[in-house]
Amino acid sequence: MGDVTPPPLQGPTAKEKKYDRQLRLWAASGQAALEDAHILLINSGPGVVGVEALKNLVLPGIGQFTILDSSVVAEEDLGVNFFLDESCLGGFRAEHCCNFLKELNPDVQGNFVTEPLQSFITKPNALQPFTLILVTSPVVPEILATISVYAQQHAIPAFYTHSVGFYSHFSLLLPPAFPIVETHPDPETTTNLQLLTPWPALSKLAEEKTHGLDSMIDDDHGHVPYVLLLLYYLGRWKASHNGLVPQSYSEKTAFRDLVRSGERTKTAEGGEENFDEAAKAVLKTLNPSAPGSSVKEVFAAEECQNLTKDSANFWVIAHAVSTFHQTHSVLPLPGAVPDMKARSKDYIELQNVYKSKAREDVAEVLATVRSLEKELGRSIPIDEKEVEAFCKGAGYIKLVRGRPFHIARPNEMVKWGDRARFAAGALENPDSLILLYIAFLAYDSFVASHLIDALGGAQKVPGLDAAEPDTQKMIGIAEAIIDSLLNEASRFIKDPEYSEIKHASARFVEEIVRAGGSELHNIAALTGGMVAQEVIKVITKQYVPVDNTCLFDGIASKTSVLRL
Amino acid sequence: MAEVEPSVLSNGSDNSRARWKHLDNFLTRPGAFTDSEFQAGLGIERLETIKILVIGAGGLGCEILKNLALSGFKNIDVIDMDTIDVSNLNRQFLFRASDVGKYKAEVAAAFVEQRVKGVKITPYCGKIQDKDDDYYMRFNIVVCGLDSVEARRWINATLVGLVDPEIMDSLKPLVDGGTEGRLPAQSEEVIDFEADGPTGFKGQAKVILPTITSCIECQLDMHAPRAAVPLCTLATIPRQPQHCIEWAHIIAWEEERKDITLDTDDPEHITWLYQKAFARAQEFNIPGVTYSMTQGVVKNIIPAIASTNAIVAGACCNEAFKIATGTNPFLGNPESNNYMMYSGDDSIYTYTFEHQKKDDCPVCGNLAKEVEVDGNRTLQEFVESLAERPEAQLKKPTIRTEEKSLYYQSPPSLEKQTRPNLKKKLHELVSDGEEIAVSDPAFQIDFKFKLVFKK
Repeated sequence: MGDVTPPPLQGPTAKEKKYDRQLRLWAASGQAALEDAHILLINSGPGVVGVEALKNLVLPGIGQFTILDSSVVAEEDLGVNFFLDESCLGGFRAEHCCNFLKELNPDVQGNFVTEPLQSFITKPNALQPFTLILVTSPVVPEILATISVYAQQHAIPAFYTHSVGFYSHFSLLLPPAFPIVETHPDPETTTNLQLLTPWPALSKLAEEKTHGLDSMIDDDHGHVPYVLLLLYYLGRWKASHNGLVPQSYSEKTAFRDLVRSGERTKTAEGGEENFDEAAKAVLKTLNPSAPGSSVKEVFAAEECQNLTKDSANFWVIAHAVSTFHQTHSVLPLPGAVPDMKARSKDYIELQNVYKSKAREDVAEVLATVRSLEKELGRSIPIDEKEVEAFCKGAGYIKLVRGRPFHIARPNEMVKWGDRARFAAGALENPDSLILLYIAFLAYDSFVASHLIDALGGAQKVPGLDAAEPDTQKMIGIAEAIIDSLLNEASRFIKDPEYSEIKHASARFVEEIVRAGGSELHNIAALTGGMVAQEVIKVITKQYVPVDNTCLFDGIASKTSVLRL
Repeated sequence: MAEVEPSVLSNGSDNSRARWKHLDNFLTRPGAFTDSEFQAGLGIERLETIKILVIGAGGLGCEILKNLALSGFKNIDVIDMDTIDVSNLNRQFLFRASDVGKYKAEVAAAFVEQRVKGVKITPYCGKIQDKDDDYYMRFNIVVCGLDSVEARRWINATLVGLVDPEIMDSLKPLVDGGTEGRLPAQSEEVIDFEADGPTGFKGQAKVILPTITSCIECQLDMHAPRAAVPLCTLATIPRQPQHCIEWAHIIAWEEERKDITLDTDDPEHITWLYQKAFARAQEFNIPGVTYSMTQGVVKNIIPAIASTNAIVAGACCNEAFKIATGTNPFLGNPESNNYMMYSGDDSIYTYTFEHQKKDDCPVCGNLAKEVEVDGNRTLQEFVESLAERPEAQLKKPTIRTEEKSLYYQSPPSLEKQTRPNLKKKLHELVSDGEEIAVSDPAFQIDFKFKLVFKK
């Protein structure tokens, strides 16, 4: 080798330069997904949180956005919304925000609709162009219900957001099955070396490289890769333990002592790095590679068990990987080897043994996929790369089951269904912000029953004029929601806990009423950041999104995520 | 509930507060959590008069300036020494392609002033170290959006140093935001590279009341330097593509292009390094060297996106707003939470807690920090270890005891005079439990350490 000339260099393109810092997070595949997205923002209230979220999506280059908002820019908008200025006064807010947002990135297409939501939404196929919908409160319950049903039926992700004073909330409605392959787990905690089930090539390499370990010269002894040292000592351990590997914690610490006993301490450095690495890896790596609960959930899913001709690729591959697991009792090998003290040649050899095994495993899964495709009569073969990516991340795949929005209607209690027990339990957990969520439900319920005009257009938010009477009304609504939840969960909380819950609830409510429907720019910006992170995760199908409700308390500066 | 008509409080006509209708709901109405001393309308006055300093006009800084302007602050200064690069445009939303090459502080200040009427933003394009105590004394609150731990330590030590118990205004709350993960190691003997998990969805926001609550220096172990790769690995046994890139960066460049100063923004230089690294990787059969990775390793690039900046900056400015107006309790009150960590890569998780002030903090404590050392190691080895120790991270330490000078980095005459000590073992120079003072050109203060010998 040596003199091989590197390939002619294609420097990064202008786009790669501009997006460098984000491509390192979600790669070209994630970027392509963003560029295919068309996001609809249904804007309402002071309208800041939605526009701030869009800002964070226009910058990384989503394909298109559309703002639906029929309000006209007023003086008070200029004190809270950064994407408006004096020249916009009296114009449509949707139009001016759209124009200012478009300035941020010439690659993004922006549109606006100033037609009232009530008439827009009733048009046939009104929502058809959009791949994701952001709704900001307040919104008429019937319209939120329409959007919720549409999103579920068409597997379109939708967000419903509140930003009121120091508090905010969003719920994320995902399709009924939302699988994620590229979850990006922390590589340090997810290394899978399958040392307890070595395959022949790995065992052979270990034998070869640890042959005559005790008589090696110091320099050789200090460069045996720790993975091979562990395999060597596992062999010795098994010989004196009826062929069994160390299993209990005490056995593992005894095994670690055995490894340590092989370390030469009279070296110049007073020890050996490779032995140190080996000892440190014992507790972390000598675990049977049983799939985690989220992987089991995928294997057990109805969609995985009963494939059809039209099953999504994910389920076909999941079925094949599940078959692999049934046959071998392990998941396909990811094939990555962490860096370790070793000579270059030995390390590369070790790396190649892992890579070849990973390729063999992919080939076996791929063969199963191909035979499944034939059985099912599928015409378009699944891309090999998709199978490869699945196998690589198999241990950390994740399935999120989307759930509909709660719609708060006046004189009708929200139904908590199979989450009632959880939600009622959360009432007694001081770290949970469920009471803030209930305060937002009360807010929606209040808004829905206080229309400013009889036509069902403008709505009155609590605290708009004088705070006091609205506070009492809101406290009553929130208490009714709490009681109805406890009732649905068949749970009884006695005093003083019950009174404490009501007191805490009243404080959240009072703070919400104080806002009089106003947004604070900081909270809107922060919440717009959280919503944008989630939108990116959902569109790129990378990392793990919130399932399914997130609350932010800007007084305590903390969040709470609840599955409701 | 005491409600006050906003127009009564503002100096101008009704109309002058119309723009701040949303803000005034909080400035004129108490809430369930506000202090009993909350005075409706007082916040309006305070926002008019408070002087706030923003350090950094990058990803966080752009957000911070926008947020503060729309929180009603009127007098803002901003410091940043950097100019705009094309790779900033995916998140630094006050900049356009036509601004590339201009100073960030100037462009950002002008943009926000133009968009938000009535706010005065004064930029300074230079280093924070250019300014003296008199300058920093003029501000009431400092908000930092930096990506360098050194600059944070500098401003932190400066603000701690300003505190005079006799003068109320000398205590300047410091609100600090960050989106970086682990920070680069600073020793020149060890080389680090990005082997971290994703950092782009994570950040932190914290409030410091200098001398009263935990300061940046108390929190230094939260920013432990990354695991380092020894030079000998790079030189003799590379295993990873990053090892080959660092070899090209540290060794090959020095050997073959010694006379040219490496400019990591010069594509020709990066290309040269990439080709060197690629050839070396081929020699050792190591796969994976790419141009993008070369750039990432050499420039120590941390992934960064707009949404994460928005979260961290929003949290910081929310605290600054609460501190300025008393509209709600803020992070950082003594004996309450002062630190929020945010993580968004696996669902959303925040951890908000009280980081404890350390009595042996070299900046805000009064006790020497205990450091365990091997008495048989040389002073040279100790000097090197100071760069790596998470609690010290000092690159160019000058060391003395109460009685004698152990090692001086400068002036040259003193360096020469103290140099022989470097070869001596620690137990020959200090006694077990003896205190030493360490100074470093990057900081204005002395660090006190108590050396305890390993048994």
